[in-house]
Amino acid sequence: MSLTVGRGRPGRPRRMIVWALLFVGGVLMVMPFVYMLSTSLKQNVEVYQLSLLPRSPTLANYRRLTAASGFPRWFLNSLVIAVLTTLSVLFFDSLVGYTLAKFRFRGRRLVFLTILSTLMIPTEMLVLPWYVMSKNLGWLDTYWGIMFPGMMTGFGTFLMKQFFEGVPDELLEAARVDGLGEFRIWWRIAMPLVGPALSALAIFTFLGNWTAFLWPLVSTTKRELYTLPVGLASFSGEFQTEWEMVMTGASVATLPMLLVFIVLQKYIVRGVMLTGLKG
Amino acid sequence: MLDRLSLRARRTLSAWAFLALPILFYAAIRFYPTADALLTSLTDWNIVGPRRFVGLDNYRRLLTDPTFWKVMGNTFQYLIVGVAVSFALSFLIAYHLDRIRVGHALLRALYFVPHLTTAVAMAWVWRWLYQPVPIGVFNGLLVWAGLPQQPFLRSTEQALYAVLAPAVWAGLGFQVVIFLAGLKAIPQEYYEAAAIDGAGSWRTLVNVTLPLLRPTVVFLVVVSSIAFLRIFDYVYSMTNGQGGPLDSTKPLVLKIYETAFGHFQMGYATAQTVVLFVILLAISLFQLRLLRSA
Amino acid sequence: MKMGKWLLVALGLTLGIAGTAGAQTVEIEYWQYTFAQRVQAIDELIKRFEAENPGIKVKHTHVPYDDFRLKIAAAIPAGQGPDVVQLFYGWLQDYLRAKLLQPLPTELFDAAEIERDFFPLVKQMKVDGRYYAVPTAVRSLSLFWNKKLFAEAGLDPAKPPQTLDELLDMARKLTKRDAGGNLLQAGIALDMGLQDHHWLREVLIRQMGGQPYSADGRSVAYNTPAGHRAVAWYTDLATKQKVGEFGFMTDGVTAFKSGKAGLMIDGSFRLAAFDAQVGLDYGVAELPTHQGKRSNFASYWVNGITPKATGAKRDAAAKFLKFITTPGAMELWLEKVGELPARKAVAERDPIRNNPKYGAFIRGLGYAEATFFVNETAQRKLFMDMVDRVVLKAQPASESVAQTAAEEQKLLDAFFK
Repeated sequence: MSLTVGRGRPGRPRRMIVWALLFVGGVLMVMPFVYMLSTSLKQNVEVYQLSLLPRSPTLANYRRLTAASGFPRWFLNSLVIAVLTTLSVLFFDSLVGYTLAKFRFRGRRLVFLTILSTLMIPTEMLVLPWYVMSKNLGWLDTYWGIMFPGMMTGFGTFLMKQFFEGVPDELLEAARVDGLGEFRIWWRIAMPLVGPALSALAIFTFLGNWTAFLWPLVSTTKRELYTLPVGLASFSGEFQTEWEMVMTGASVATLPMLLVFIVLQKYIVRGVMLTGLKG
Repeated sequence: MLDRLSLRARRTLSAWAFLALPILFYAAIRFYPTADALLTSLTDWNIVGPRRFVGLDNYRRLLTDPTFWKVMGNTFQYLIVGVAVSFALSFLIAYHLDRIRVGHALLRALYFVPHLTTAVAMAWVWRWLYQPVPIGVFNGLLVWAGLPQQPFLRSTEQALYAVLAPAVWAGLGFQVVIFLAGLKAIPQEYYEAAAIDGAGSWRTLVNVTLPLLRPTVVFLVVVSSIAFLRIFDYVYSMTNGQGGPLDSTKPLVLKIYETAFGHFQMGYATAQTVVLFVILLAISLFQLRLLRSA
Repeated sequence: MKMGKWLLVALGLTLGIAGTAGAQTVEIEYWQYTFAQRVQAIDELIKRFEAENPGIKVKHTHVPYDDFRLKIAAAIPAGQGPDVVQLFYGWLQDYLRAKLLQPLPTELFDAAEIERDFFPLVKQMKVDGRYYAVPTAVRSLSLFWNKKLFAEAGLDPAKPPQTLDELLDMARKLTKRDAGGNLLQAGIALDMGLQDHHWLREVLIRQMGGQPYSADGRSVAYNTPAGHRAVAWYTDLATKQKVGEFGFMTDGVTAFKSGKAGLMIDGSFRLAAFDAQVGLDYGVAELPTHQGKRSNFASYWVNGITPKATGAKRDAAAKFLKFITTPGAMELWLEKVGELPARKAVAERDPIRNNPKYGAFIRGLGYAEATFFVNETAQRKLFMDMVDRVVLKAQPASESVAQTAAEEQKLLDAFFK
């Protein structure tokens, strides 16, 4: 049984060395994360002994965290917002990316560059105008108020555009000849072909929204609306940094992300694409 | 009426129809605030109270501000070293990982997990890694190898790279996953054709894989450049918000943050933001052009 | 049409009722940064206040520390945010410049009365004859020592150092290094990012015979041999005496908390964190003297009223502020938060003054100075850089001090112009 897929296969020993190196690399990559988890299981005394594994592991920190008033609510808020925003991004960014990749019209490059340029403005500077806007429109302390800035992103549009460029024009032309409308062509023909990109975009958008801190902090005053990162921040402050709680909070925040990743990464599989290379 | 339009015109109409709502969105959410920031950069404003028009004073002040130049130098160091190292490493990892079937999912997860964690938590861990012996792992390894210990975060020469390392580490997973998606999008037929032609793995890489990865490469170079030029979280968490020691790790975004929310000088802060924006735009345009025509 | 008329009547009634109800309860907002014990204390005070003032409701919001100023800065210009707001005394100038505070009404906050009852440091809250904020509690610095480490080093765990010379001597005995010369245990925890810069500015400089600023606060006064001596003595702890290291155990609090530092200079706010650390047996003493001179640094968080509070809200806000600065409130504060009362009479009551934990802090308050900061963030950074240049770049202390003095003078000049 081979470890690798056929692509100019190197010899067996070489493949095993590569695998071993990748594995060691992977373990090293994950060490800081393991350390974080391990600290979350330590009692307060043990934290500064800095051992890799806890000597007397305890779930006390987790109990304390989940018992914190508002914790389940924070979790739910983050979940709802992340899911809704991701769906919006997957829809709109793909649509725009596709349009920019597959349509030829005047002003195309300009539109692309202006959307790309939205990546270049630090959020910190946008927070104040967004706040004034939200306040005037009554969006403060609402889900929509937290979500609206992220409903479409330049990042996702750029990513999808690049991947749509790889979709053969012949397929789209064939569909046009068959009489399909442009929207249908995008939805039915083009989208299924960029599965890997959509999965990747879903993962990153979910992650970005799940961990978003600054805007959710500024746009809400009611504790019931706090997202998870904002709620967790109440464990650190001017003089109170309880690191074991910060690690516990970070661990709890990571677990759903890990689940999303595990579920979606299966879809980053080889796309079934016909290249038109006929033998 | 629509029937009268040519096929081409109809297509263009569809395109604009698809783009209408998004353009409106970006205009309201991103461009209006940016225009606002641009105007603010020409004023002296402390958030409350009236804005006092001062013309290009803020920009003139930037030119003579020694921290600004130091910060620009730092930011470009983050850019060049960060992009180069993370690009090389992530391609190496993705390329080999792509060819592995057994344990592929596990390995991919191992490389991606760092990307899921928050900067605050990971910065705390990395600060321990950089401690001197007997606590710090890195210095422990150096000593074991017979090399002298390094001050890392406590050195004005090393601190920037010490802060860059976890940022690169956390970002690797992102780049690996994008590369993998790009690699997976290359149809198997191309490789089979190359194999039939008798191409070895190196030739296949150069003649088949890399050219077909061009859109992915363009994306990653542009996006990671923007990310490193905007680096903030890791610097903030690893240096207690100071950007020290002696400003040696301070990037532009931290200076902007400090100017706006520490000193309440919004005009000066937005001027710096405009400069950042122009740099980002210029570099992205340059990269897009370069990678297109190659 | 008939439907419409009834609808209008219903609407009118609802509005009328709402309007009357509105006239009866005033709702004000209080914002502070998130600090568990303070949050609980305020919640309790609000309960008591609302019981005594049935027409007033106080909504309590707390914000993570790092983003506290940002949130306020975003909210107030948009007409949102707090009516009563917490701020660090050192931010008063920033807040005044950003027009985030209005002067306190003199009927409830008479200047003479405040100056009679509160510790003198509170005078800094007075600008142009009007007070803009008042504290509930104050903090000062003390010397923390680890009794267990003292015993291990052969020192009497009940006798902390009284002078700087004794401090140096004991620190030497408490310092442990391994065969390679690596620091295993620090004699004293050093951290300019915590309270050390205050210690340097208001205590060491004075103890060496100088003073940090001129009497009117407009000029830097530490670029003198005394100032140079103070900085040299402090940096020598790390470079020449080797009784501590900057960055050891990532920061000073961690070093002391984990039992790896024998001594530390810190504030009363640290008591809760040290108490929570299982197994840490520590003592609190007044700051060491030097050549018979003693000094201390006091800081305090204050509460003020924002311009958002007008009319009835302003009156309610003033009442609330008055309530949380009564002796009763301060006693509750001490009990729940462990911070020292801002009123002299309350602080100097015997059980508090001689309390083993608070006593040293209260006694220190008697001779403490609170620096008049024009920009606390910037001024703190200047001092941190000053020390870093000496320690990391081997710049002579006198040069580094001169450089910092010039830079800080520029800051002061820009402010006072």
